[in-house]
Amino acid sequence: MATKEKQAAYWKENLTYIVVLLGIWFLVSYVFGILMADTLDKTKIGGFPLGFWFANQGSEVIFVLLIAVYVWLMNRLDVKYDVHEQ
Amino acid sequence: MNILTWTWIIVGLSFALYIGIAIWSRAKTTGDFYVAAKQIHPVLNGMATGADWMSAASFISMAGLIAWMGRDGSMYLMGWTGGYVLLAMLLAPYLRKYGKFTVPMFVGERYYSQSARVVAVVCAIFVSFTYVAGQMRGVGVVFSRFLEVPINTGVLIGMAIVFFYATMGGMKGITYTQVAQYCVLITAYMIPAIFISIMLTGVPIPQLGYGASLSEGGQQILGSGPGHLLDKLNQIQVDLGFSAYTSGGSKSTIDVFMITLALMVGTAGLPHIIIRFFTTPTIRGARSSAGWALLFIAILYTTAPAVAAFARLNLIQSVEGKTYAEAPSWFKNWEKTGLAAWKDRNGDGKMQFAKGEPFKGKLEFAKDASGAVAIGPSGERVVKNEFDAKSTNEVYIDRDIVVLANPEIAKLPNWVVALVAAGGLAAALSTAAGLLLVIASAISHDLIKNVIAKDTTEKAELVWARVAAGAAVIIAGYFGIYPPGFVAQVVAFAFGLAASSFFPIIILGIFWKRATKEGAMLGMTAGILFTAAYIIYFKFVNPDLNNAKHWLWGISPEGIGSIGMVINFVVAVVVSKFTKAPPQAVQDMVGSLRFPRTIE
Repeated sequence: MATKEKQAAYWKENLTYIVVLLGIWFLVSYVFGILMADTLDKTKIGGFPLGFWFANQGSEVIFVLLIAVYVWLMNRLDVKYDVHEQ
Repeated sequence: MNILTWTWIIVGLSFALYIGIAIWSRAKTTGDFYVAAKQIHPVLNGMATGADWMSAASFISMAGLIAWMGRDGSMYLMGWTGGYVLLAMLLAPYLRKYGKFTVPMFVGERYYSQSARVVAVVCAIFVSFTYVAGQMRGVGVVFSRFLEVPINTGVLIGMAIVFFYATMGGMKGITYTQVAQYCVLITAYMIPAIFISIMLTGVPIPQLGYGASLSEGGQQILGSGPGHLLDKLNQIQVDLGFSAYTSGGSKSTIDVFMITLALMVGTAGLPHIIIRFFTTPTIRGARSSAGWALLFIAILYTTAPAVAAFARLNLIQSVEGKTYAEAPSWFKNWEKTGLAAWKDRNGDGKMQFAKGEPFKGKLEFAKDASGAVAIGPSGERVVKNEFDAKSTNEVYIDRDIVVLANPEIAKLPNWVVALVAAGGLAAALSTAAGLLLVIASAISHDLIKNVIAKDTTEKAELVWARVAAGAAVIIAGYFGIYPPGFVAQVVAFAFGLAASSFFPIIILGIFWKRATKEGAMLGMTAGILFTAAYIIYFKFVNPDLNNAKHWLWGISPEGIGSIGMVINFVVAVVVSKFTKAPPQAVQDMVGSLRFPRTIE
């Protein structure tokens, strides 16, 4: 691949990761924790109503995981396109 | 040993530690002073970011707010953590690649405009001062509550400490001190939470404990039957006429949504947080550092709702329906410091909770003829405030008690109480120092070095940076001692302003090469003006109209930054479309931000 195409492909993959991961970010906090919280509260995990749990703790835990996944994906991507720091 | 002695010892030791670190990590160059020479390990930077981020409000007040708000209080939990996802994916790695010192500097270079830079400097300084005044006040309050010194003396001691390590070490000194402060504050927060969790449920992890069933010991303490802790809490709340703890109710869904969004985006736009990602050695490190930061923050932020639920249950259960003589000792102790009060409004001699605030304004106790505190028929202190006729609530409990009285409720030894004091101070001091550095670098680097006197040498600039940091400490201390009446009111400003100004134009600056100077300037101005006007109108001009009926689409001033952000984006994009494209050099610079290493 020519350099230009390679750069474009790297950037496009990065943007795809971001869109997917921020989609999950929006889903767990705004949808599960706020908009659908009352519906989800009818289900319980342990002593937690589900919507309440997402709002109280679940989103925060998933946020940490989302960043971890992004870091892992990007470290691989950097190497794949040979743009990693040396 | 008594609590006071323990507190002096532990607070004294922690201060000695901070000063020791400052001497060890003196800054020798401007690079040291502004970005710690970009030599901070991502994990340590994560810890420092955690301490930088978690303020006196997070440490002392947040659990109390949640305890009273129930599920709606989650907007603080999600709002103050979700921004790190945005930072990790949309900001940190690219700004680290840019590789310079300050946020205004990026804005100025990306938008090829000295005036954009000056606007950014003004925003950064305003946001930071708003925030730092509250921190210095927080230091004073912790001192007065735990060490029995006047608030102002407390502010002065706090100023002296921050002055010493911020002017000496700059970012380098601040970072290593913040790492120590994180360790102090997280220990102080977790120990009481773990013990209360064990006491009530037998589960040693508070995050899981509040979803568990009450243990036999817990049932004895609360005088209730078996069952899930949250079910018990819901039932008690409903019996007393509150809405159930685990369901919303105090705010509309759209308002909770918008406030959460404004807090998240505001977090990602706060200069003192963004600047922390300039200090890692690599771009890879900047990404992972955001993850570490959020992990360290989440440890406290997932514990806070547990503390809130434990405390809410414990507070109501141990007070409701009791006579004053039967009331727990913590109630009487905190009554003495003006954080709890009771008035027997229905004359049955028993303490009763009910929906609504018992009275408006700050609690005041009445004095008798001789000037001593007046004592009522049951032995309680007589409240001077006029009680709200719309509510039958008899009990006033300051929300800060939730964290402050935790060790006492769990019957932990005196040194744990002292540790909580040191933790509160660590939280306030670390945030104050981070903010002061933003102010200092904005003045010495963005104004003096780049606008006023371009021929300033590196050595002179370092002197200026120290002078600016010192001056900022003094001004912040002044606001701490003479808090302007609006400080509490303008906290909404800091987030709303950051959300509606910096965030959109930095994002566009990175992800859209076509974003122009004109677009950024007009976008930023439109976003800030709209947000500021809305907040000023409802908070200062017409506070009587500050309710859902008069708000735009039911969005409170706290959440309006979200709309300001959208306005900023729309204006910036539309104006950019109709103005001349940025110079090729700028577009190339934006292109190079996207790759950790430029491909030849």
